[in-house]
Amino acid sequence: MIGVLLKRELALAWGRGGGAALAVGFLACASVMLPLSLGPEPARLARVASGVAWVVLALASLLSLERMFERDFEDGALDLLCLGPLPLEVVATVKCLAQWVVVGAPLALATPIAAIALGAKPQAAPLLTLAAALGGLAFAFVGGAGAALALASRRGGLLIALIVLPLLTPPVIFGGAAVESFQIGLPWLAPLLMLGAYALAAAALTPFAMAAACRNALS
Amino acid sequence: MFAALANPLRFMAFSRWAAPLLGAAAAVAIGVGLVFGLEAPPDYQQGQTVQIMFVHVPAAWTAMLAYACLGAASFVSLVFRHALADQAAKAAAPLGAAFTGLALITGSLWGRPMWGAWWVWGDARLVSVLVLFLLFLGYLALRASIEDEAKSARAGEILALIGLINLPVIHFSVEWWNTLHQGESILRKGGPALAPVYLLPLLLMGAGYSLAFGALWLARTRAEVWKRRATSLALQAALA
Repeated sequence: MIGVLLKRELALAWGRGGGAALAVGFLACASVMLPLSLGPEPARLARVASGVAWVVLALASLLSLERMFERDFEDGALDLLCLGPLPLEVVATVKCLAQWVVVGAPLALATPIAAIALGAKPQAAPLLTLAAALGGLAFAFVGGAGAALALASRRGGLLIALIVLPLLTPPVIFGGAAVESFQIGLPWLAPLLMLGAYALAAAALTPFAMAAACRNALS
Repeated sequence: MFAALANPLRFMAFSRWAAPLLGAAAAVAIGVGLVFGLEAPPDYQQGQTVQIMFVHVPAAWTAMLAYACLGAASFVSLVFRHALADQAAKAAAPLGAAFTGLALITGSLWGRPMWGAWWVWGDARLVSVLVLFLLFLGYLALRASIEDEAKSARAGEILALIGLINLPVIHFSVEWWNTLHQGESILRKGGPALAPVYLLPLLLMGAGYSLAFGALWLARTRAEVWKRRATSLALQAALA
């Protein structure tokens, strides 16, 4: 049952307005624009490369949140899922996991490329990928909660960003700190573990909020 | 006490005299606190600017108090489905945003002469208060964008509780982020032991701000109750 749902969600997430291509395209565009505004000096760019890549990753993850629940809500599929045998909490979890696989994973692969292109050390690539993957998990679940809350309002986009951004400060701080510490040779494991803890806590807790928000929007 | 006040009629009867009373007490506390505060001697390092503390620190305290009230009211509303609790939550949010904004503005005005900058990213407290401000704004935006009153209430409760769980994490992460980068000694203001001549006006102002928040909160909740009554009366008249 969960497998069928996961397959459906993956197919929908992939087809939904470009999905991965849109997010990675945004990441690429933003990483091209940033040096143009910051100035081309390699030393300065290298100093901010990993941090910039992290911010761009967070913003790129926000892009496709709007469609996470909205289309199912509009065409009535969410009503059916609500009536179905699976609890809505599980449905929400599967949706977020699909979002993570389709948007988070390509972004996790693209983030180190963007960071290295800006001048980060290539040795940091594995850590960047891992941190981006963990951060993507947190972004998907916390962002999913924002998307589910905005369902009742009919004006998603900016509202979701406003709701979600303050909640994303811890993962951005932990992820940025892990990569930054690695670059300057400080211990980086602690922030990485904190990032993982935040992501797992979000994955454990937000499905309840998402299910409550979906039921509220459907009522 | 709270159980008794859950009855809207009793709440309206109580708040009718409680709100002005709290307001008067707030005016007295703030008035006396301001006099003491203005008479406080200049700090040996900060000079006269230390007096900004008396309007700044209580605003930050009250901002946190307001979020605690918002979270508590949202919890009661979510669990017990009390209309009054939701009205209280809705009434607390703009006040919280205002006090947070006040804390940010006065902090900035204090920071300019003290640190030589309007805003210092290196200070953990500044950043976590800013995030608190964004949380209030997000709550207000969500409530404002949902027209259906019941749905707006529900969504607001969920968001307020998510924020309540997140606040300690945000505070911790920001604090930790700050210490990772540097621990600037300039940013430590006052020191832990505050002389009584500063502590007394500070506590008075803190009490005054909190009482003012209480008075405004009650008044706003009353207005919210009246508004819903007016809406339902208008609805009845239209249906009749």
